[in-house]
Order: sequence, then structure tokens, then C-alpha cells
Amino acid sequence: MGAVNWALEVEAAAIHFGGVQALAGVSFLIAPCEMAGLIGPNGAGKTTLLRIIAGVLSPDSGRVVLSGIDVTRWPTARRVRHGLALTHQIVRPFRSMTVLENVTLAAGHRLTANPFAALTRIARAAQEARAREILARVGLAGEDSKPVTALPLGHLKRLELARALAVDPSLILLDEPLAGLNHNEAAKLVDLIAGINAGGITTILVEHNLAQVMRVCRRLLVLDQGRIIADAAPHEVMANPAVREAYLGPGREHAAA
Amino acid sequence: MSAYAYSVLAITGINVMLAVSLNMITGFCGQFSLGHAAFYGAGAYAAAFFAAAGSSVPVSLLAGVMVAGALGVIVGFASLRLRHDFLAVTTIGISFLFVGFVRKQPWLGAEMGISRIPSSGLGTQGNALLILACALATIAFSIYVNRSWMGFGFRAVGDDEDTARSIGISVSNYKLVAFTLGTAIAGLAGGLYAYFTQFIVPDSFGFLVSVMLMAMVVIGGTGSTLGVVAAAIILTLLPEIFRFINEYRLLIFGGLLILVMRFAPEGLAGLGRAAVGRAWAR
Repeated sequence: MGAVNWALEVEAAAIHFGGVQALAGVSFLIAPCEMAGLIGPNGAGKTTLLRIIAGVLSPDSGRVVLSGIDVTRWPTARRVRHGLALTHQIVRPFRSMTVLENVTLAAGHRLTANPFAALTRIARAAQEARAREILARVGLAGEDSKPVTALPLGHLKRLELARALAVDPSLILLDEPLAGLNHNEAAKLVDLIAGINAGGITTILVEHNLAQVMRVCRRLLVLDQGRIIADAAPHEVMANPAVREAYLGPGREHAAA
Repeated sequence: MSAYAYSVLAITGINVMLAVSLNMITGFCGQFSLGHAAFYGAGAYAAAFFAAAGSSVPVSLLAGVMVAGALGVIVGFASLRLRHDFLAVTTIGISFLFVGFVRKQPWLGAEMGISRIPSSGLGTQGNALLILACALATIAFSIYVNRSWMGFGFRAVGDDEDTARSIGISVSNYKLVAFTLGTAIAGLAGGLYAYFTQFIVPDSFGFLVSVMLMAMVVIGGTGSTLGVVAAAIILTLLPEIFRFINEYRLLIFGGLLILVMRFAPEGLAGLGRAAVGRAWAR
């Protein structure tokens, strides 16, 4: 008992917005190095759940435990310093900066943790070297000095990933990284994500593109109306009548099958 | 140099300090403040009050820095939960609140201001040179901050607060630090001004002064220390050189602001970079 340190424990997380119960007691455990897909119809509560894990939202009740430490009341920045990384659904780079600066700043997350300590530091060479390494890994080598406003969406998605990797996370939350990409781009980005996960970073992938999710995730959590309705291997989840009903609507599973 | 020349030098130096410190808040950290003159005034009144009560020059100046910086922390706290446009409105309120408060305080001279500020003992020339030294130190500090990792963090906060949080930057700490540093320097400028003129009135620190300082930042190029310094110098000297401008001061500032926003949103700094770029390309 207690010997296992889960990468992430979500215990009975619940939150409501006005009269809407967005999450009604969601619980699950994620093991270190796991790659889990989080799926569900629109409005199921996926993004709300991610925001609670990231500390953007505070749950009405329930707990979030990161690598054995209860972080439920921690702000996002502190969770990031504790090994959490996240990407935004809609790309949000630092627009006044170059590609390299975006990632360098993330690579310097230990220096910027305290503004006064940051004031005493000027040198950037080590963080720039680390940033170049990560940019090469996500396939953005050679884009260093470009302003981010010059990048196409496919590259911005990779930049988002690079920035998340630069904080040396143990757990990475990806909120619909494939949205807006064509099939080819999406397949390549998923391969990259799978490679990152294989390198030892626990990954939670929220995604609408089921074909790609099924390809790389060995576990799927299905959220519907604020509850987890299935948590199993992809093929089992897809065979689950409750899941089919959630996606296709009641009484239509036979027609679709 | 004549006494007049020294007084122009002193006022220019003070405006440089104010514009550069406002640029730390607005340009570096993205916190749009239209209340900078209130902190300048708080520094001036605190220094004048202590000086009139017999404190030494360094103690009085320090009092100005502390009072303005403390007010900056309070306004900074209030700003943490505000989006940009609301912050602008809030800081406008601070500007009016400050003048409204000081005008009704008999112990601060009310409408008449504080007129019995003792001399700093440095003379006109010494005062002006002290102000010049402080202005140069402010410029150097601002350039240093921008190059440091703190300045890097400020840029992140100014660009996108959520993304800054996602890489572990404590956005509220950075905003508070920006407000505190910027307002403390404004407080020092206020103290220097009090010693220089030996006579302060509430209206010297009103909303129009805040707007003029913001105009210097925008015309100079938000975020660029040297651009803002250039704008502060030009906008202070123009009305001195062309006396008739004084009559049309607001008209010209307003017109310049509109022209800059329309044709050169990156201000003098942007124009400078473009000119250097063209020379390089040749």
C-alpha cells in the first residue's frame, strides 16, 4: 500500500458552472509513462477536466494529486514547476518573440520562477542550447530566428509542444493538438507525441480525431456529461454500448453498427 | 549654463525617469497604466513632507520612493484580477483619486500645496546634475532589466499571461514587481522634483500628466527604453524651444499620438529600427 506513486490521481473531481454540473465526481489514476487518451462528445467536460488538472480551474470538491503530492490548491505556475506541462487547444505562442525565444524562456523556467532571482541572471546560452535541441526534436530546426507570426499552423502546434517539453515535465497534458491539421500533418504529430511518451513522459491526450488516438493510446478514458463512462483499452471502449450511445445518441447504435 | 538651462535639464531628466519607469510597467510587462503621475505625486508629497519636517535629503528621497512604491504594490494587487481595459480605467481613477485626496488634506497644504520645502543644499546646478545622474541610472537599470531573465519574464507576461503560467512563470509576482519598481522610480522622480522646485501643488500630478507620460511611451515605442528616452526628451524640449507650442501642447501631443498609432505603431524605436534595416540592406 502507498508504495506506488501514480503520475496523476484525480479523486472525485466535481465542478459546476451555474446550474450545469460540468464534472460530477470524476476519478481515475494514471501510471508513470502511460499514454492515455481522453475522449468524449462535445460538452462532455474534457477541457474542464484538463483545466482542473492544470490548475486553471479549482474544483468544487475532489482532489488532484501529482506524483504523490496534493496540488488541488496550487496555481498553474507552481504545478508546472512540479513537473506538469500543458499545451493549449488554440495555439498561444508569445507573439512578440522568435521561435527560439519562445522555447528558451520555457527552458529557463527555473530562472524565471522568482522574479528577483531572475533579475540577477543575464546569460542565456545554456537555455538556448537546450531550446535548439528541443526544436530539432520536434522538427523545427532552422526556424530559430523566425518570428512566430511567420509560422504556419502545423509548425505552431510543434512549437506549442516544444515549449511544453522545455519545462522538463514528467506529465504532459495535450488539449486537442491535432485540431486544424490535415491527415498527413496529424499523423506525423501523433508519431512525434508517441515518441515523446516513449521517452518517459506520461501523456494525456484529449482529442477528437479518434483514428489517431486509437493508433497510439493503449488506454482510453471516455467522458460523457461530466462522468467517466468507460476506461479500458481502445477496442473494448469502442465496443462498449454506453460509449456508442454517448457518441451516436440513444437507440442509434444498431443503425451505425 | 544659465539657471533656465539647468531647469530645462532638470525637467527633462525627471520626465525621462517617469517615462522610462512607466515603460517598465506598460512596455515591459503589458500593464497599461494611466495613473503614473499619482505615484510621481505621492513621491513628491512624501519627500516634501519629510523635508519640511526636517529630514535629511537622502531620508526624504527614500520616503518618496517608499510611499510611491507601497502605493504601487497596492495598485498592483488591485490590478492582478483586471484585464487590460479595466486596468486602464482603474488607473485613471487612481489619478483623480490622488489629486482629489491631496486637495482636501490641510496637513499637505490642500489646494495651496507645500511651499516651505527646504533647499537640498546642492544649488540649482547640483540639483540638476543629481537629477541627470538619477535619469542616467534609471536608463541603465531599465536596459539591464530588459536584458535579464526578469525582463524576459515581463515580456512573457505582457505577451500572453496564460502561456506564461504554462511555463511556470508566476504572473502575479511579475506584475507586482513591475508595478513596484516602476512606481518606486516615479516616487524618486517626485522627490527630486520637490527639492528642485521647493514648491509643489496638487495639479502638477494630475491626469493630464499621466496621459503625457503615456504619450511619451507610445510615441517612443512601447517597450523600447531608448525610444522612450528620445520621446521624453523631444516632447519635453519642443514646447521649450518653440514657445508657441506651449499654447497648443495638448493639440500637438494628441495629434502626434494619432499619427504614431496610424503610421508607426512601434513608435520612434520602430522607425529607428526600420532606418537601420534600410541602411544595412544598402
